[in-house]
Amino acid sequence: MEKSILALEDGSVFEGRSFGARTVRSGEVVFNTSITGYQEIFTDPSYCGQIVVLTNPQIGNYGANGDDCESAQPFIEGLVVRDFAPVASNWRSEEDANRFLERNGVPIASGIDTRALVRKLRSGGVLRGVLSGDGGDPAKLVEMARSIPSMAGLDLATQVSTAKPYEWTESVKACSPSEQIGKTAEPGRHHVVAYDFGIKRNILRRLVQVGCRVTVIPALTPAEDVLALKPDGLFLSNGPGDPEPLEFQAGQVRQLVGKVPIFGICLGHQVLALALGGKTFKLKFGHRGANHPVLNYRTNRVEITSQNHGFAVDPDSLDAGKIELTHINLNDDTLEGFRHRSEPVFCVQYHPEAAPGPHDSRYLFDDFAAMIAENKKA
Amino acid sequence: MPKRTDLKKIMIVGSGPIVIGQACEFDYSGTQACKALRAEGYEVVLINSNPATIMTDPNLADRTYVEPITLDYAEEIIKRERPCALLSTVGGQTGLNLSIALAEAGVLEKYGVELLGAKVESIKKAEDRLLFKDAMRKIGLETPRSLLVNNVEAGVEFAAKWGYPVVLRPSFTLGGSGGGIAYNLEELEEVLQRGIDLSPVGEVLIEESVLGWKEFELEVMRDLADNCIIICSIENFDPMGVHTGDSITVAPAQTLTDREYQMMRDASLACLREIGVDTGGSNVQFGLNPKDGRMVIIEMNPRVSRSSALASKATGFPIAKIAAKLAVGYRLDEIKNDITRKTPACFEPTLDYVVVKIPRWQFEKFPGAEPVLGTQMKSVGEVMSIGRTFQQALSKAVRSLEAGKSSAKEVYDEALIPNRLITPNPDRLAYIRFAFQKGATVEEVQELTNIDPWFLRQFRDLIVLEQELQSETLAGITSGRMREAKRAGISDRWLARFWNTGIDAVRDRRKQLGVTAVFNRVDTCAAEFESFTPYLYSSYEGECEADPSDRKKVMILGSGPNRIGQGIEFDYACCHASFALQEFGRESIMVNCNPETVSTDYDTSDRLYFEPLTYEEVLNVVDREKPDGVIVQFGGQTPLTLALPLKAAGVPIIGTDPENIDLAEDRKRFGKLLDDLGIPSPPNGSATSLEQAVHIARGLGFPVLVRPSYVLGGRAMTIAYDEDTVERYMREAVVFSQERPVLIDRFLEDAIEVDVDALCDGERVLIAGIMEHIEEAGVHSGDSSCVLPPYSIGESELAVIRDYTEKLALALGVIGLMNVQYAIKDNQVYVLEVNPRASRTVPYVSKATGVPLPKIAVGLMLGKKLTDFAGLTGGRVTGVLPVPQFFVKSPVFPFNKFPGVDPALGPEMRSTGEVMGVGINFGEAFAKAQLSAGTPLPPNGTVFISVNDRNKADAVELGRRFAELGMEIVATRGTASALNAAGIPCRRVFKVNEGRPNAVDLLKAGSLQLVIYTSTGAHSFSDERAIRRTAVFYRVPCITTMSAARATVEAMASRKRDPIRVWSLQEIHEPARLAER
Ligand SMILES: Nc1ncnc2c1ncn2[C@@H]1O[C@H](COP(=O)(O)OP(=O)(O)O)[C@@H](O)[C@H]1O
Ligand SMILES: Nc1ncnc2c1ncn2[C@@H]1O[C@H](COP(=O)(O)OP(=O)(O)O)[C@@H](O)[C@H]1O
Ligand SMILES: [Mg+2]
Ligand SMILES: [Mg+2]
Repeated sequence: MEKSILALEDGSVFEGRSFGARTVRSGEVVFNTSITGYQEIFTDPSYCGQIVVLTNPQIGNYGANGDDCESAQPFIEGLVVRDFAPVASNWRSEEDANRFLERNGVPIASGIDTRALVRKLRSGGVLRGVLSGDGGDPAKLVEMARSIPSMAGLDLATQVSTAKPYEWTESVKACSPSEQIGKTAEPGRHHVVAYDFGIKRNILRRLVQVGCRVTVIPALTPAEDVLALKPDGLFLSNGPGDPEPLEFQAGQVRQLVGKVPIFGICLGHQVLALALGGKTFKLKFGHRGANHPVLNYRTNRVEITSQNHGFAVDPDSLDAGKIELTHINLNDDTLEGFRHRSEPVFCVQYHPEAAPGPHDSRYLFDDFAAMIAENKKA
Repeated sequence: MPKRTDLKKIMIVGSGPIVIGQACEFDYSGTQACKALRAEGYEVVLINSNPATIMTDPNLADRTYVEPITLDYAEEIIKRERPCALLSTVGGQTGLNLSIALAEAGVLEKYGVELLGAKVESIKKAEDRLLFKDAMRKIGLETPRSLLVNNVEAGVEFAAKWGYPVVLRPSFTLGGSGGGIAYNLEELEEVLQRGIDLSPVGEVLIEESVLGWKEFELEVMRDLADNCIIICSIENFDPMGVHTGDSITVAPAQTLTDREYQMMRDASLACLREIGVDTGGSNVQFGLNPKDGRMVIIEMNPRVSRSSALASKATGFPIAKIAAKLAVGYRLDEIKNDITRKTPACFEPTLDYVVVKIPRWQFEKFPGAEPVLGTQMKSVGEVMSIGRTFQQALSKAVRSLEAGKSSAKEVYDEALIPNRLITPNPDRLAYIRFAFQKGATVEEVQELTNIDPWFLRQFRDLIVLEQELQSETLAGITSGRMREAKRAGISDRWLARFWNTGIDAVRDRRKQLGVTAVFNRVDTCAAEFESFTPYLYSSYEGECEADPSDRKKVMILGSGPNRIGQGIEFDYACCHASFALQEFGRESIMVNCNPETVSTDYDTSDRLYFEPLTYEEVLNVVDREKPDGVIVQFGGQTPLTLALPLKAAGVPIIGTDPENIDLAEDRKRFGKLLDDLGIPSPPNGSATSLEQAVHIARGLGFPVLVRPSYVLGGRAMTIAYDEDTVERYMREAVVFSQERPVLIDRFLEDAIEVDVDALCDGERVLIAGIMEHIEEAGVHSGDSSCVLPPYSIGESELAVIRDYTEKLALALGVIGLMNVQYAIKDNQVYVLEVNPRASRTVPYVSKATGVPLPKIAVGLMLGKKLTDFAGLTGGRVTGVLPVPQFFVKSPVFPFNKFPGVDPALGPEMRSTGEVMGVGINFGEAFAKAQLSAGTPLPPNGTVFISVNDRNKADAVELGRRFAELGMEIVATRGTASALNAAGIPCRRVFKVNEGRPNAVDLLKAGSLQLVIYTSTGAHSFSDERAIRRTAVFYRVPCITTMSAARATVEAMASRKRDPIRVWSLQEIHEPARLAER
């Protein structure tokens, strides 16, 4: 059995059993507390540049399948788990998770005391690290970990974005004869242009489901080109890295506010904040999981949400006269969503498209469709 | 919304006696509810007939009524107390049923009582299988095809149409009583008929089978603002077809992708909203087709359930406590998470460990019952274990069962593998292990069991690892390999067996290799936030989170899984020990592995270790905590068997010296002690061979009582009237006797049995209670009704009992509690046994006397004296505690769960629970107890009497009383002529073997309301059994002893004479009254 090593910038080293690719990858080490949905996590572009620690100890159990991919391939740099299952058991499984990550060059460290690791990250904040799929000298790996760039200041969104525009028309598919996915609105009612900062497929599927025809565009598309596409609505996607360097994107969005209804998720929400003059900051260890309680001020109801972000918007940095705070995280009171008081613009920090996670916030896609319809009438 | 201020007084309904399907998990939920509501400043009125519960302690509610959970008595209580509201959802099915009854009888309306939790319509929608199915269809959820039938023909038609097998489920029975699976016409007719008879509404749901599908449960909570959260997902290891209560279950669900899990989550929330449970917890069950993911919803329970107790322990999220707060108006986001303190309770717990629950069955106690598992729950208890991986959790769970002792000698037969794997049964897991050891593949095992291959693969890998380890040696093992073994949960005991060495040798080697247990926390959030609650489980990870305090601390060893003979009574004692320790300024540390109990609530003790009660695991905790003392006398036999080894390992055990506890169990040494004290006991001897046994039996003279040493609950105990029985017994019993001799006593016939609980500080002895048994000796003390104060024992005999008890306590150097059982025959008092530990009757005596026995016992163990507690005992430090009224404790039996089993009582304990009746006279108390026990005595009608010749004389007196009470009498020949001779009118009926119509016919025809049938001793003849079985089946009280028959007459007289009246424990035991007694 080959040894895998996780080396952190603080000098600590975790040794485990190696699965997946026998390579060396590096990145920011973060943890996700979701019990289900490892495949969605592997393939979420927002994890670009990050080694992911999953707190659920049993990973790989249900294998991997095409439908549960959130993008073309895995984006995580490496996977750290307590107990990785080489065999899969699920009627939808097409290949086992080990093969899936191996094919895509992702190393896995299994048998790690993930709880100790999480406690370290929780108290000390996220760390840079290196994950080696085939042993090596721990000291050297620690050196490596210290040499990699910090996440702060990195524009990864542009890097993971699509090279050229493309259309998306696929809606949500049921995973079982018994799944109720909700009715699909008449297709192509609205044309939505979606900035791809690392967009998750389930966002596209949900947009289609509420009747949108989606044109996905590169992160560097100028505002005029967006308008040239005659969008009924603009969507700002989730994505990896620090929002601050995305000045260009923020600039374009600033020009588009008021011209077209806008909906943003996660990084999209942060970019909108920047565009509207707000500031963002880095969280100690971020929010990554599927159990975060978010209070919706407008309905006064709590939504259990799916989250994945290391940066957040500073509510005090937003102009209260212009902006209404709509959602807040009940765990740490961080901002989870806001809307523009006079323009058709709203966004959330968390992931209403779930995948993985609860469906409590699905309504936001309907709100977006409704907002577009409203705007068309006017 | 903040909490409601319009409510002042809230009534809580408990779940009554412990029965299969409704056990002490409802003491846990009820206790939490009481605590939560009082903490919010509400006055709490409680009704629960079960005296063994923590919740019925006078200090947990403002008004505690240990009274029958029936319409009449509940109304009487409501009339007296005038509560503003009734919380229906924490008392299990019983709680719901009573609430509905009160609502429908208009009682709630009449007294303006609001129903909290679930509304009547919601409860009905969920409980009535048809309404439920309609509701689900309405929201687009599938349920298995089905038809509600009230006659066999209709069922046969349905099966013909949709094919076999079919599942049968009687409406409104608990834990699926009377239900089952029919694979063919013959079975269908049988099970269906039984179901129709057992269903209070005579209806059975016949349903399309989804056998072999995966089964899941979700625990859901909802508040008045419609905030909904999932607390826990549970996946059943055993597929559909095995009741979830009888399934090995795993949390969280292991084999679902997020898509599939969310599908289930959405369905649960939709279900909850449609059923309309406005606040509280619910449990939703699903079946899932492993081939295509088709999902059917099986049922939902609109209340906290067995599973919610499990889910609470598995996640650290206290469902019942939160449910109570939601019921009085709080929102989930207004309640804090106790464990993280900073975050709200409105979230979904996430686990970074795996939890495994394994049920514990006791078919061996019900000869004639087939040890097969199905849709009806049969288990009497369960264990839960927590590990960082499934393998670790599974291994820990298996040893938590303590099955080792009886099944160590278990022989496995390769030929039986297919059968044992195909038909679910208590040994299935063991047989799967055996199959893998014999080289079976995961595919093969899955073929036969339909168990998910992921679980099987994990299990097989574990067994492969074990086999690899067998080729290692103690000396040669590397630290890496050792750690691997421990991380997989393999015990030191097993390693010792593999390497044929001692468990201590393995332990030392392990430590030497630096492989020691650490402890992780259950924190609801996978370490995302800091945890402030020391709720711990052991693992072999890198870092220990226990951080023990440097306070003075005492550790309590719990009683492990509930089983007949060792149940909630011992958890009661353990919890009280813990409360007392805290009061005495000690840190209390609880070690236990039973998820149903109050003792494993992280709120109960300062620190909780959720661990198997084994030598290895207990020592691990001791090493980490370094307690100043360890208490072993409250947890029943489980901790006692550990006492000596632990002491040898240097563990500071406080209270009675384990050596003396052992002495009391050791026939020879104990016999010697009795001789020295001049205390008589039934002539006896012990044998280790068949010949010896027969020889001794002859010497003592028949009948004799044979039994193994060291068992609780009279396991494998038989009354032998002849040598054949002794021989047969010796051949079969050896399995249980674990190389310990078989004990043989002269059996005292027609003797009065007496139970005595006493406190001793080493100098003084305070007798807490002298309990007179209703049934004579020969019926296990746990199965006999008993009464405080004694009502027919002469003063001289009582004096002797007091004297013996004091002598024994002092001679055994008892520090704390002691229990003695006596038999009185021909004015001679014999000692049957002495248990220098807390007994099953401690909670009952505590409640009858109003004196907290466990608390005082703990004080004594800490070095205090009885004189220090004079304030609690009304000034008494010697003699016997008085009881202000009559308190009758009656057992509750699971016979309706084991059709075909002879319900005759004997020295082998078979009751699962108990109730208490309170009255001003004996009859009243006994009548209430019988009512609570579910065998209400008829106000009038016909009594069938058939007694053996020894009892003919008493039968006449009995018959006279029945006649006075206006009962009609029918009797069998002998009895009838005796009665007629005495001029008592009575009709004669045939015995079963004499012809027809016989007693069984009359029972079936419903023309008998009471049966008195004393065994002819030697062997119970087939017709006796037939009569008793039929009686149990038709719920006709069946009295099998003369003493009980006499008590029954008293009770029936009381029913005619006395009004419905109730007393709360608080008023019975007002300090003032305690003093003046
Ligand atoms: N249609 C069915 N086919 C196969 N097994 C079933 C079916 N319905 C129920 N069962 C099994 O019977 C058990 C008990 O059924 P359930 O509805 O939960 O009754 P209870 O109220 O006793 O819990 C379930 O746990 C499941 O394993
Ligand atoms: N010598 C005896 N004569 C008559 N009955 C006895 C005798 N010994 C025991 N019994 C009956 O058997 C029951 C169980 O015996 P006991 O010694 O109490 O075992 P356990 O340890 O299970 O309580 C007693 O409650 C009593 O009714
Ligand atoms: Mg059920
Ligand atoms: Mg006994």
